[in-house]
Amino acid sequence: MANADCIVIQGSNMAECHPVGYQWVAEAKARGAKVIHVDPRFTRTSAVADKHIPIRAGSDVVLLGALINYVISHDLWFKEYVSAYTNAATLVHADYRDAEDLGGLFSGFDPETGAYDPSSWSYAEEGGDTIDEPGPGTEHGSDASDRAAGHQFGSGGPPLEHAKVQRDETLQDPRTVFQIVKRHYARYTPEMVQQMCGITTEDFEYMARAITENSGRDRTTCFAYAVGWTQHTLGTQFIRAAAILQLLLGNMGRPGGGIMALRGHASIQGSSDIPTLFNLLPGYLPMPSAGRHDTFREFVEAIGSKKQKGFWAEADAYAISLLKAWWGDAATKENDWAYDYLPRLNGPHGTYQTVMSMLEDKVEGYFVLGQNPAVGSSNGRMQRMGMSHLKWLVVRDLNLIESATWWKDGPEIESGELRTEDIETEVFFMPAATHVEKAGSFTQTQRLLQWRHQAVAPPGQCQSELQFFFLLGQKIREKLAGSTDERDRPLLDLTWDYPVDEHGDPEPEAVLAEINGRHLTGPDAGKPLSAYTELRADGSTSSGCWIYTGVYADGVNHAANRKPGQEQGPVAPEWGWAWPANRRVLYNRASADPAGKPWSERKKYVWWDQEKGQWVGDDVPDFPIDRAPGSRPDPELGGSAALAGDDPFIMQADGKGWLFAPKGLVDGPLPTHYEPQESPVSNALYPQQQNPGRMTYGRKDNLSAPSGGSPGADIYPYVFTTYRLTEHHTAGGMSRWLPYLSELQPEMFCEVSPELAAERGLEPFGWATIISARSAIEAKVLVTDRMTPLTVAGHTVHQIGLPYHWGVGTNAIVSGDAANDLLGVTLDPNVQIQESKAASCDIRPGRRPRGADLLALVAEYQARAGITPETGNARITDPGSGSTLED
Amino acid sequence: MARRSFLQWPVVRQVTSGDLLGRGPSVTSPHTQAITPRTATADRVVQSVCPYCAVGCGQRVYVKDEKVIQIEGDPDSPISRGRLCPKGSASEQLVNSPGRQTSVLYRAPRSTQWQTLDLDTAIDMVADRFIETRRRTWEQEDEEGRLLRRTMGIASLGGATLDNEENYLIKKLFTAAGAVQIENQARI
Repeated sequence: MANADCIVIQGSNMAECHPVGYQWVAEAKARGAKVIHVDPRFTRTSAVADKHIPIRAGSDVVLLGALINYVISHDLWFKEYVSAYTNAATLVHADYRDAEDLGGLFSGFDPETGAYDPSSWSYAEEGGDTIDEPGPGTEHGSDASDRAAGHQFGSGGPPLEHAKVQRDETLQDPRTVFQIVKRHYARYTPEMVQQMCGITTEDFEYMARAITENSGRDRTTCFAYAVGWTQHTLGTQFIRAAAILQLLLGNMGRPGGGIMALRGHASIQGSSDIPTLFNLLPGYLPMPSAGRHDTFREFVEAIGSKKQKGFWAEADAYAISLLKAWWGDAATKENDWAYDYLPRLNGPHGTYQTVMSMLEDKVEGYFVLGQNPAVGSSNGRMQRMGMSHLKWLVVRDLNLIESATWWKDGPEIESGELRTEDIETEVFFMPAATHVEKAGSFTQTQRLLQWRHQAVAPPGQCQSELQFFFLLGQKIREKLAGSTDERDRPLLDLTWDYPVDEHGDPEPEAVLAEINGRHLTGPDAGKPLSAYTELRADGSTSSGCWIYTGVYADGVNHAANRKPGQEQGPVAPEWGWAWPANRRVLYNRASADPAGKPWSERKKYVWWDQEKGQWVGDDVPDFPIDRAPGSRPDPELGGSAALAGDDPFIMQADGKGWLFAPKGLVDGPLPTHYEPQESPVSNALYPQQQNPGRMTYGRKDNLSAPSGGSPGADIYPYVFTTYRLTEHHTAGGMSRWLPYLSELQPEMFCEVSPELAAERGLEPFGWATIISARSAIEAKVLVTDRMTPLTVAGHTVHQIGLPYHWGVGTNAIVSGDAANDLLGVTLDPNVQIQESKAASCDIRPGRRPRGADLLALVAEYQARAGITPETGNARITDPGSGSTLED
Repeated sequence: MARRSFLQWPVVRQVTSGDLLGRGPSVTSPHTQAITPRTATADRVVQSVCPYCAVGCGQRVYVKDEKVIQIEGDPDSPISRGRLCPKGSASEQLVNSPGRQTSVLYRAPRSTQWQTLDLDTAIDMVADRFIETRRRTWEQEDEEGRLLRRTMGIASLGGATLDNEENYLIKKLFTAAGAVQIENQARI
C-alpha cells in the first residue's frame, strides 16, 4: 500500500482497527498519494484521509458500479491491460440474459428453489455449446449455496471443462464480456449514486477522478476493505465489484495496486487456508458433498479439469497428498487414497445452521475455542438458547467469557426465559495458553506466516489447543483401540504420532513439517518438499496443505525467518514466509506489459529478462519462470503448460482476470445492487428489492423488519451498523478482562447525529434504547456530527453506529448490552456470512426495560410493524418479473 | 532549607548540560536516574507476534524469572517497525490479567455452581462424551444410499485466534471422527 498513488478505504475503519498497518497508508500519503475514506461514519480514518465520503450502509455496489460505468463511458480503462489480461474479449453464451432485461434477475432463476441455474452464464464454445464446469458439470445454485462453494476460491478461480474460449479482440460483439459489463452498469450513474447512496455528484466526481488519474502505466490505485464489505447479503459481490474496477484500471498484480482484505484476527487468514470451516479442506479443496463428489474421481474432476489452464489442473496431486498426510500407509491407490474416510456434506452446515440444529436438539456436543458466540455472533439470543439445548459444552478460553457463563448470568436468565436449575447442559471450561505460552504460526492478512517462539510455560492447568487436541485424539484412539467397527477406521488409521517433549506435548514444528509435506518414496524419502509443484498424484508425496508447501523447505522453518526489515528491501522476503512460494504480490506477472517489459520505470516489479530467458524482479515471479511473454502453447495441453505468455492469472481456468464470472457465484455473474435484508428505501435500480439468492431463515426467533416501502417499515425507521473500537477486540474475550483496555473504553455506547438526537429527544451521555425486530438493548448516547444524516431517495436517512464489544455477564471487568443481539441471521449465498453491517431499528431515550418487560417491548414493536416469519423474506419482490423467467 | 544556586536554574542547566531543548538530563530527577526499565533486566527476550488483529505486528516478549514482565513492539519487523496499538501494547495484561482462569471448571447439569476438575479427568470425560455422542448420532448413508459417514451431533466454533498447527490438528481429528460442523470466525 505504501507504493500506491491513491488509496480508497471503503468498508473499513483502518486507522482505528488496523492502526499499525495504517502507517503504510500514512507513508503513501506523505509521498503524495490521495487517500479517500468511504464510510457511513466519520472516523479517525476519515480524519487523516484527504476526503471522507459518507455513504448509506449497504449501497456500495451502486457506487462501485457507477465508477465502473464512469471508467468505461469516459474511455479511461487501461486498454492494453484489459485486452490482454482479462476476459473482456471472451464471448458469453447466447442464452445469457442480464439483470437489465429481467427486472434485476439474471437468466436461470428457479423460483422453486429460489436459486439460479448458472448454465446460461457460461462462456460460449465453438459450435454453440457452453463451456461447463468439469466432472459432474455445472452445479445448481441452491446446492452450491448450501456448501458455500464460493469459499473454495480462496486461492484461485472456479474450474472450467477447458479453456478453448471464443474471443473477439475488437470487443465489439455484444456477447463479449466487455459489452455485457458496459451495458449492465449503464444505469449506474452519478445521479443514481446520489439517490441511493446519499453521495453528492461532486463527491462522486472527486472519487472518480482520483482513481482514474491515479491508475495506468505510471500510477496505481489500491482499495482496502474489511468486514464493512463482507458482512452483507451480497458481500461477495461488493468485493467482486471492486475487482472489476481494479481490473479495468489495470491495478491487479502491480505494486501499489490490488484489493487489500484487512482481516481482523491474528490467524483468520490461516484458519481459512487450513480451515476450521465446514465446507473446506486444507488449501481450499472442498469438503466432499454427497451426490456431487461420491467418488474420488468425481471429487478431483470437479475441483479442476486436466484441460483447463493453470495450477488447479493438478488438484488430484494436492488432494492425494493431503490424504497421504492424514492416513499414511492406509491411503492407497486401491482404496482411492482413503477418500471414503472423509465425511460428506449434504446441506448447509455452517455455524448459524448448526445453532438452529441445537435448538432442535440435533447437536449434543459443542466445542467453543477462543471465540465468544454468545456476544460475537448475530442474533445472540439464538446462540445462547441454542447452547442451552446442548448435552455438553466445552469452552476453551483465557477468561470466563459469556459463552461459558450464560447458564448463570446471561440475558435470558434475567428475562426469565431460562432458569439455571432447569438447564441440563454440562459445561467444561478449559483454560487456554496465551500466544506467548506456546510456539506456532499465525498467517496474517497478507498471507504471511510468522512463527512465534514460546516465551514461558502456560500457568496452572492452561493448555494450548495443540496440546489439548493431541491429547483428546490420543484418548479417543485409546478408547477405540481394538474396535472392529468400520466407522472407527479413519480415527484409528489417522497419522497421530507427533514427537513429544518431556511433558508429553506435541512439537509444533513437527506439525508444520507435516503441513509442508514430504517425499514418501525414492531417494529423497522423508525429506521435506520445497514447492507445491513437487506434489504428485501417485502417492509419492504428502502435504497437509498444498499452498503452504515450501514453508519448511530444506527442513528449515521459514515462518521463523527474521532478517530485520532494515537490512532488506521493501519486499522483505526474508521475514516470515508468504504462501504460495513466498510470493508477496500475487499475479505479479501483470506488473509487466504483454511483451514482458515493466509498464513503467516507476511501477517496475517483475519482468522478462530476455538474456536469461526467465522472469526476474523484486518478488518471486508468479508465473512459470521460463514461459516467454510471446509463448502461445496449445490450450489442449492443459494445466500450467497451457498458460500463454500473457495469461498472468495462473490460478484462473483461462489464465485471465474475470470481469464477468461465468462460474463460481450463485447470485449473478456481475455485481448488481440489491437492498439489504432490512432497508428503509426501495431499490431504485430494479423492481427486485433484495438479493434473490440470499439465504433467509424466517422464524419466530429471527424476524425481519419490513423492507423499503412495505407497511410497517416506518416502525424501524433507522439504519444501524456495527463496528469495532481500537481498544477492544471483537466480543471482548481478549480485551474486556484487561484493566488498561477496559479503562480506555469502559461502556457500550451508540453514535447518533445531532439531528437524530433532536428528532428522538436523546440526551448526550444519557441512555438510549435501541429496538430491532429481534431484541432491544441499551447504550450510552454519543451525539456527534461524525454521523451524517443522508438524503436518500428523497428522504432523510439517519444511521446509528454501534460498537459490538460488550456482553452481559458478571466476570469481565466491563460489561454491557451486546449489539449483536439486535441482529438477525440472513446470509450471503456464496459464503454464508451474515448481514451485520446494515439493519433497521428504532431508538428512544432511556434505559431498556428489565425482565419480562423487555420481551414485551420487543413484541409490541413486532406487533405494530405487523411482522411475521415471512416478512422481508420474499425472494421475488416484483411479480411482473416472473413472466420473463422462462426466457 | 538549602539555598538554591542559580546554577541549578533549569535554563542554566539546559545550557550547561547541552540539553538545549530541556528534554534530557537537565530535567531528569535523581529518582529517574536511579531506575532502569524492566526490559533492561529481563533474563531473555523472545520474538513473537501480536495476537489481536491480522496485521501481524512483531512483538518482543521480555521474560524474567520465567514470568512475562513486558511486551513491546519489535523494531526489526518490516510490517510494524516496532509499533503496537493499544491492544498490542496491553498484551502483557492478556498474559498476567488478574481475572485469568488457570483451572479447569465444570458445571454439572442443573447445577448453579462451578466446581474444579483435574485436567486429565476433564479430558477423559470429554473423550467419553465425544465417543458416546458420535455413536448415538452417526449417519452412515443418506436416504438414497450415498455415503455420509458422519455425525451431526458434534460441532465446533473457533480458530481465528489459534495457530495454523492447532487448526490443522482440530480439522484433522474432527474430520477423521466424521464431525463436519467445524466453523470459525472466518465465516462471521
